[in-house]
Amino acid sequence: MTKEQMNGAQILLKALSDQGVEVIFGYPGGAVLPIYDEIFKQNKIRHVLVRQEGGAVHAAEGYARSTGKVGVVLVTSGPGATNAVTGLLDAMMDSIPLVCICGQVPTHLIGNDAFQEADTTGITRPCTKHNYLIKDVDDLSRRVHEAFLVARSGRPGPVVIDLPKDVAMGKADTPYLPPAKVVHKSYKPQIKGDIKKIEEAVKIMASAKRPIIYAGGGVINSGPAASQLLTQLVHATEFPCTLTLMGLGAFPASDKQFVGMLGMHGTYEANMAMHDCDVMVCIGARFDDRVTGRLDAFSPNSRKIHIDIDPSSINKNIRVELGIVGDVGHVLEDMIKIWKSGQNRADAAALKSWWKQIDKWRGRKSLSYAHDDSIIKPQYAVERLYELTKKREEVYITTEVGQHQMWAAQHFHFDKPNHWLTSGGLGTMGYGLPAAMGVQIAHPDALVVDIAGEASILMNIQEMATLIQYRLPVKVFILNNQYMGMVRQWQELLHGGRYAESYMDALPDFVKLAEAFGGVGLRAEKVSQLDDVINEMVATDRPVIVDVAVDQKENVFPMIPSGAAHNEMIFGTDDKSDNPISEEGMVLV
Amino acid sequence: MTPINEIQNAHTISVLVDNEPGVLARVIGLFAGRGYNIESLTVAEVDVTENYSRITIVTSGTPMIIEQIKAQLGRLVPVHGVNDLTVEGPHVERELALVKVRGVGEKRVESLRIADIFRARAVDSTNESFIFEIVGDTGKLNAFIELMRPLGLVDVSRTGIAAISRGTGVLE
Repeated sequence: MTKEQMNGAQILLKALSDQGVEVIFGYPGGAVLPIYDEIFKQNKIRHVLVRQEGGAVHAAEGYARSTGKVGVVLVTSGPGATNAVTGLLDAMMDSIPLVCICGQVPTHLIGNDAFQEADTTGITRPCTKHNYLIKDVDDLSRRVHEAFLVARSGRPGPVVIDLPKDVAMGKADTPYLPPAKVVHKSYKPQIKGDIKKIEEAVKIMASAKRPIIYAGGGVINSGPAASQLLTQLVHATEFPCTLTLMGLGAFPASDKQFVGMLGMHGTYEANMAMHDCDVMVCIGARFDDRVTGRLDAFSPNSRKIHIDIDPSSINKNIRVELGIVGDVGHVLEDMIKIWKSGQNRADAAALKSWWKQIDKWRGRKSLSYAHDDSIIKPQYAVERLYELTKKREEVYITTEVGQHQMWAAQHFHFDKPNHWLTSGGLGTMGYGLPAAMGVQIAHPDALVVDIAGEASILMNIQEMATLIQYRLPVKVFILNNQYMGMVRQWQELLHGGRYAESYMDALPDFVKLAEAFGGVGLRAEKVSQLDDVINEMVATDRPVIVDVAVDQKENVFPMIPSGAAHNEMIFGTDDKSDNPISEEGMVLV
Repeated sequence: MTPINEIQNAHTISVLVDNEPGVLARVIGLFAGRGYNIESLTVAEVDVTENYSRITIVTSGTPMIIEQIKAQLGRLVPVHGVNDLTVEGPHVERELALVKVRGVGEKRVESLRIADIFRARAVDSTNESFIFEIVGDTGKLNAFIELMRPLGLVDVSRTGIAAISRGTGVLE
């Protein structure tokens, strides 16, 4: 065999290695056996065997989100690919760069309803940034490199490569194409922003009397430098800054110009400032419905500037005055330069009174809750977790989806990007544990905690076995209220307290469950036990499940009820009678 | 927020794509998945050496929706360019229809007479039927078909619109 005559599987492994891939999250099966055979024969790329393909995709997301690299997944055809679909859409919604290689039945069987056949490219078309079905082994190296280019550049996202078994085994006639030789004909995302528009934006910003900077996950996707630039811009302008759920960490939570997260469960000050501002600078965020509340009452009197790498994000939900297409990092760099060179300053007196108003809103202390010594409040549990770990160098938090996710976002504070991983757009329960696994693979010495609910955690609990196998000391911190808390909260607010199917009956004993997997189980039932349990969890160098029994009745507040505007927040359960939720609001998710 | 009373207009959008498997499915899936209308859709390879196809879509929506459709099309990976012919200046739109009319006697003669006025060509003929081929813009084709209806119209097959800009300008 000459060097040029590699088979498909060998080409794939070489291409992955040339792309700098260090780890693959995967699960073998018939259609990918030739690829696994090549994995067996080499030592460069590590393979992490998950327990369900969905776990592999979330793990790759965790890896990607915490490192900025492309996460790589390998699954077999049919059920392997369909199990990966949720994770792919999750990565699509949250703009996470992934390359997912799916095995496929041999080309001559495609369309014949063969064993473990699925129309993978058809199924994944709407939930990937792009996908490929490789029918000719001579195309393979080019397509793999293209896939990485598409996944990581522009607005990042997942790319699927569907690889039939005969292609993986077939020998190539043409030489292997190295990454540098691959140029994409049609895909050319715009990186630099239009300088004239940036100048215009600076002019609008300098004219502001009540400005706000509203930044999101795009800043984090643009790389750590973009977060630093955002911080520079906020400091240079002296504007208040709010972040979306996906953006937490892009601006330091400890900074006095940070007004907290915005949106449905954001702070009062952030939402009021959004509502009352006269200039809004949206940076790498997308006016999601969780952020905007009622669209026709969204920030009615502001001039809006939107910076985004994806042209389709601009004017999708909210009409803006000035849209700047480009990579956030590049645009911010230019914007800061222009702001500083022009000696721009917003009206100091106006800014001062704006900050005074914001401080008044801050005085509402919208994240406060009634602490109780007799029962662990979930907010208190997150607060203690933060206090007892904040001195550590590297702490990564992942979450599942629901009330605990919002409490984590509200009460755990992030000063650095890439340390907070949550399923924002799709809201995938079961995301947190496998994502934490991916983070721990990338950062073996860091403390990685999945703040979970007892319902969500059961959706991917099988990945505990993966943690044990690879000695990944991930900590699962369950806020256990025996309910699908967010479902119960909405049933309480919207459906007359008829708790249909939201009670988690027949829960496992999480301590014993941890032990059954070979991990450590801990439980806190009283306020007095909480600190000790957290300290023990942190000190344990093995996978740990902590079962924290929290107040069952606690709800997430403040809240913009569905169909309401930013200035119509409610602060507690008793508040709801004053603001009856409209029919229109009830239809919304 | 789009005001409810904002007017929906038809736009003819021309999309140059790589002629690769699945590209049409991507475009159609985008329209179906996001709830946009397709009033007409035409696709064919236009450049064999470069391997390009052109997709011509007639869609309708408010200005904000049309802008969104163009942005969404533009971010599909195999798309080279998106042109909104309706806003970019004068352009030519043509459609071809094959119209089968069954009848005898006076109606048959009348259908021929009208076909002549519309410059439609009979491309098939039996003692009891004609197939007319007619080329023109959508309005002309609609008018012709309406006139044929009482004269024994039984089948219509239309290509959908192909469009190109007027003058020396070249689409992306």
